[in-house]
Amino acid sequence: MPARSDVSIRGVEISYGPVRVLERLDLEIAQSEFLVLLGPSGCGKSTLLNAIAGLTDVDDGQIWIGGTNVTWHEPKDRGIAMVFQSYALYPRMTVRGNMSFGLRVAGAPKADIERRVREAAEMLRITDLLERKPSELSGGQRQRVAIGRALVRDAGVFLLDEPLSNLDAQLRAELRVEIKRLHQRLGATMIYVTHDQIEALTLADRIAVMKDRRIQQLGSPDDVYLRPANKFVATFVGSPAMGFLLGKLGTDPSAPMFEAPGVKVPLTGYAFAERPVAGQGVELGIRPEHVLHGDGDIAADVEMVEPMGSDKLAWLRIGEQPLSIRLPAETPVARGDRLHLKLPAHRLNLFDAASGQRL
Amino acid sequence: MSTEPRGKRPGRPSIGSGNEPSGRRPQKMTTGRFGLYAFLVITAAFFLTPLYVMLATSLKSMPEIREGNLLSWPIAPTVAAWVKAWSTACTGLNCTGLQVGFMNSVRILVPSVLLSISVGAVTGYTLSFWRPRGAEILFGALMMVAFVPYQVFIYPLVRIFSYAGLNNSLAGIVVVHTIFGLPTMTLIFRNHFAALPNELFRAARVDGAGFWRIFGQIMLPMAVPIIVVAMILQVTGIWNDFIFGLVFAGRENLPMTVQLNNIVNSTQGEREYNVDMAATMLTALVPLAVYFFSGRWFVRGIAAGAVKG
Repeated sequence: MPARSDVSIRGVEISYGPVRVLERLDLEIAQSEFLVLLGPSGCGKSTLLNAIAGLTDVDDGQIWIGGTNVTWHEPKDRGIAMVFQSYALYPRMTVRGNMSFGLRVAGAPKADIERRVREAAEMLRITDLLERKPSELSGGQRQRVAIGRALVRDAGVFLLDEPLSNLDAQLRAELRVEIKRLHQRLGATMIYVTHDQIEALTLADRIAVMKDRRIQQLGSPDDVYLRPANKFVATFVGSPAMGFLLGKLGTDPSAPMFEAPGVKVPLTGYAFAERPVAGQGVELGIRPEHVLHGDGDIAADVEMVEPMGSDKLAWLRIGEQPLSIRLPAETPVARGDRLHLKLPAHRLNLFDAASGQRL
Repeated sequence: MSTEPRGKRPGRPSIGSGNEPSGRRPQKMTTGRFGLYAFLVITAAFFLTPLYVMLATSLKSMPEIREGNLLSWPIAPTVAAWVKAWSTACTGLNCTGLQVGFMNSVRILVPSVLLSISVGAVTGYTLSFWRPRGAEILFGALMMVAFVPYQVFIYPLVRIFSYAGLNNSLAGIVVVHTIFGLPTMTLIFRNHFAALPNELFRAARVDGAGFWRIFGQIMLPMAVPIIVVAMILQVTGIWNDFIFGLVFAGRENLPMTVQLNNIVNSTQGEREYNVDMAATMLTALVPLAVYFFSGRWFVRGIAAGAVKG
């Protein structure tokens, strides 16, 4: 384990020709942290990862790894290892050849190479695949080998670029656990790019949600899930997605209230980030599992029910506005039923209707 | 590189399984099929007849040729004309046959093929992975130049080569073939490498491999099929070249094609058709062999080098 493997991104800007991809981006990643860069395609997350790896030149700003300014260092001199979405195994080499390639390039002693390949292979349970060619492996095995190739490098920082995107759902879940275990065991810093919010929530110590060349929110999975910084984060994270009601704030400053046709929600107990402006247009966001029903005073008609195994999702209509609620699987509910909802203030998310920022 | 195992094809349903194909069995020989085969046979005959005439004539003696039965098989087949064409026919003042030309062609061919493919492979690799500044413009220029007729370049090249002392030398003709092979070779290698995932290149860079190591250990082993294609294109192209050999090789190194022309077009005495035919067949032997033995590779070559065949 190298002495230091913290990563510091300082004011990094990257453009491809006239297209700005990253804009004055700052990010501090602590030693041994698992940071996930989450965002839709084209948000710049992979570009940022490539910049950390040294595969993309930055136009401005600096990248520091382990206390060294590595902005202009070659990829191999940065103390990083990388895992790619398409596995990127060298097709003409055996698994052993793939895993040892970096060490052979560096001219490591034979015995050393042998030992490190064996250790990594044992850790990933691919020892019996060592003499095979990548074309003889399944997708999951290939990605294990690709992770093994990264392990062998003995790097302090692991960069993973959508490593599970090409795998089917079951393998993805399996390898997700494996990666988390690996992180706990190695104590290395991991930076993980994905567009899958489940991966982000399950793996990360902290998530950086990115969109439009910028980090929209940086925080723990709980922060991002329960207290999204803006409407984009609120919609992007969470499945089934958060529901929204458009309305405005009541005019009584002593008892803040959300008002929409057919809906009145008292906001006492909501942690406003700043003083609310009476009459301000807002969007109320609430996750389906936080919507309560029974004794509430908001009337909602059930339009559709989606059974999801452990529970079911009911699509509702409140006046003209849609909303969804998550119910236990055994709840007797059908199309055409009327529910009486309650929206608890501490579970709400209020966003400025114009800017989309959290209030 | 598909990750899924190949799907098993369902076996032919057995009779009585209730699973037989329904409807009438398609007819084997329809009128359309008959027409198609007739067309193929006629076309094949059309292209094979000249070859047959050449072969037959080359095996005849001169008196038999004078009888004028172009299509008849020789009464007493003899390889005398082949032997003469190879070893004693006169190409201008020398009467040593085509063997000198054959050796010259081989001496031109081998370094030219190796050099042009190497340069094309490295250029294609550089253009698709390292993308130096101006790579697009360079590639565009290469492709445009590929459409300019060769003849335009000859005079300027002769002047340049005479300054550089390369005129009338083996090195000169090799350089010419390398230069003119560059557009096609670069194109097919660039296209091949451009189809490979860029992540492979990036993985190799993270592993610390440099320009030549990535080329030699990762990319080149993956380019074997395209190297075969390139060899087919270059061997046939360079062997069949006439004008560059005539202009740049010098009298000592004239390739077989030029020597063949000298034999066929020599104006002294009687025209020895059998020797001419034998000499032509001998010259065509190398590309013919390539066509015969490369089969599907050759078709791929034509597709890959669609700019020029």
